Amino acid sequence: MASESGYLRHMAGLSSERVTELKERANLVRQGIIRSLLAAGSGHSAGPLDMADVFTALYGHILRHNPQKPDWPDRDRLLLSCGHIAPVRYSAMANFGYFPVEELLTLRKFGTRLQGHPERVSLPSVETTSGPLGEGLAQGTGMALAAKLDKKDWRVYVVTSDAEHQCGLHWEAVMTAAKFKLDNLICIVDRNFIQIDGSTEDIMPLEPFADKYRSFNWNVLECDGNDIVAFIETVEKAKAATGKPSVIIANTVPGKGVSYMEGDYTWHGKPPNKEQAAVALQELEAERERILAHA
Amino acid sequence: MPETTLDGEQLHLHGYTDITSIAQIPTRNGFGEGLIEAGNRNKNVLAICADLAESTRMEGFKKAHPDQYIEIGVAEQMLVAMAGGLAAAGKIPWIASYAMFNPGRSWEQVRTIMALNDTNVKIAGAHAGVSVGPDGATHQAIEDIAIMRVIPHMTVVVPCDSVQTKKATIALSEHVGPVYLRFARDKSPVFTKETLPFEIGKAQTFRQGKDVAIVACGILVYNALIAAEELANEDGIQCRVVNNHTVKPMDEHAIVAAAKDCGAIVTVEEHQIHAGMGSRVAEILAQKCPVPIEFIGVHDRFGQSGDPVELIEYYGMGTTSIKEAARKAYKRKN
Repeated sequence: MASESGYLRHMAGLSSERVTELKERANLVRQGIIRSLLAAGSGHSAGPLDMADVFTALYGHILRHNPQKPDWPDRDRLLLSCGHIAPVRYSAMANFGYFPVEELLTLRKFGTRLQGHPERVSLPSVETTSGPLGEGLAQGTGMALAAKLDKKDWRVYVVTSDAEHQCGLHWEAVMTAAKFKLDNLICIVDRNFIQIDGSTEDIMPLEPFADKYRSFNWNVLECDGNDIVAFIETVEKAKAATGKPSVIIANTVPGKGVSYMEGDYTWHGKPPNKEQAAVALQELEAERERILAHA
Repeated sequence: MPETTLDGEQLHLHGYTDITSIAQIPTRNGFGEGLIEAGNRNKNVLAICADLAESTRMEGFKKAHPDQYIEIGVAEQMLVAMAGGLAAAGKIPWIASYAMFNPGRSWEQVRTIMALNDTNVKIAGAHAGVSVGPDGATHQAIEDIAIMRVIPHMTVVVPCDSVQTKKATIALSEHVGPVYLRFARDKSPVFTKETLPFEIGKAQTFRQGKDVAIVACGILVYNALIAAEELANEDGIQCRVVNNHTVKPMDEHAIVAAAKDCGAIVTVEEHQIHAGMGSRVAEILAQKCPVPIEFIGVHDRFGQSGDPVELIEYYGMGTTSIKEAARKAYKRKN
C-alpha cells in the first residue's frame, strides 16, 4: 500500500513543502472559524472545525477555480449541502483569496454577504443556497448532469453531513446520480457521528453506511478526513473512477483542533464565548508553530 | 389604456353560450404543445418528468427532443432540487407533475432552491382543481396558488384555455426566473383565438360592462363569460369579465380600474377562496379602491371523486353560482 500511496502523492503533486503549507493553511482556517464564531455570537463550532482539512484540501489543492474569477464557466463546482457549517467554507474562501479575512468578522451580522446559512444571491461563489438539509447532492446531481449534457469536463463536489443522510431527498439524489452514471460527481461525507440531539447512531442509525452507497451502485471510498494527504489521495482515486459517482466517507473528529470541543456533540450548534475562544486560539497557534517547526 | 382595450374581440364569440358548438381540449395539451415549441426555440430548454409523461403531456416533448428529456421517477423533491442544479449550470428546466405533488410535496425546495436561490426553474402544475374528477381529493390541488403566490420572486400563471396555455408556456420559457404554471386535467372550452396576445402580468378584458366586474382565472373564465351573458339577458346587469391569468405579479392597474369602473367585484377561481387569486384581488382593493367583493371558489373544504362538471357545480363554481354572486355584489354596492 505504501507504494500506491507514494504514487498517488506524486500524481497529486504533493511535495512535503506543499503538505506543510496546506497544514498551516488548515490551521489558519480553524483560527478564522473561531474568530468569526466569536464575533457572531451564534453558529456551529464542531462541524466547521472538523471539516477544515477537507476544505483546505479542496480550495488549496483539488478544485479547478480562480478566486479572481468566481464565475469562470469551467470551474469545478463545490456545493456545501450542510449549510450550517458555513463558517469553514467562509474561512477557507477568505484564506484562499475570495475576500479579505477581516470580512469573516461580519458573519451572521446585518447586511453581511456571510449569511448564517450560505446564500448564492449574496455571495455567488458559494454556488447555491443551503441550510435545509438533504438538498445539496440533488442540486449537485443536476449540475453534474448539465456538465455531461454540454460535454464539459468540470467536476461537482458536494460536501454533506452524515446526519443529513436521514433525509429522504438525499437518497433520491443518490439513486438519480447512479442512474445517469455521473462519474463527474463526488459526494464528501463529514462522518463525525454527531448531530444536534446526540450521536447519529442513537438518533437514527446510519450504519452500515458504506454498504448503503454500495447497494445504490456508487463507488465508495473512505479516509481520515482530518488527514489532508489521505483525503487528497482519496479524491484522486475518486476522480479515476468511471461510470459511477463516488462518495468519500471522510471520518472526522468533531471540534478537531480545539481540545475541549473534540468529540463532544454539545459543541455541534453553539459558538465559543470570549474565554473559550481565547483558549482555542492559543491551542491552535501552538499547533501552527509545531507544524512549521516540523517542516 | 389597458382598461379600455377589449381583448374580447379576440375570442370565438360565436356561440360561446352554446358549449356544443365550441371545441373542448384540456389545457394540459396546450402545455405539451408549448413545451415542444420552447424546446425548438432553445436547446437549453429541458423537460424533467417524474413518471407522469402522458398525463402531464411531456410525452410529445420526449419524442420531439429526446436529448432534452430527463426521467427521474417518482421523486418530486428531487425534481425541484435537480432542476435547480441544472438551471444553475445554464439550463432552462421545466418540471412537471400533478400540482398536488409539485409544488404540493416539494414546497420547501421550491422556496429555497428556486426562489431564494433565484434559479430559472419552471414548474408545470398539472391536474389542478377539483375538475381532476374521479381521482378524488388526494389528487385535486386547490391550495397550490396560495402556497406559490406567497413566495417572493415567484411568477404564477393560470391560463384560461389550451391555446392560452401554449402561449404562456412559451412566454414563461423565455422569461428569466422561477415560475409556476397551473393547468387542469379535464377538457375545457377553447374560446380564445390564436391571434389573442399573451403577456405575463397583463390581465385581459374579455367583456365590457359597468355594473360588476368578474375577475377570473383558469378554465372558469369561460363560466364567467357565460354567466355575464346570461346576467345581461336575465337581469340587465352588465358585467365586465377580466381574464386575470397572472396571479403574481398581478396586474394591479387592471384590478383597480375594474373596481373603479364597476364598483363591485366577483372573483372566480378553481381553488380555495382563502389565499388564492381572489384574496390577492381583495388585498389590492382593500388598499387602493375598497368595493364589495364576492368570492367564487372552494369554501374551506376538500374535493372528492365525481364527474368534473358535477364537481364544479357542487363546489359552487358553476355559472349559476357566479350569477348569484354577481347579483349579490351588485346589490351590495347600491
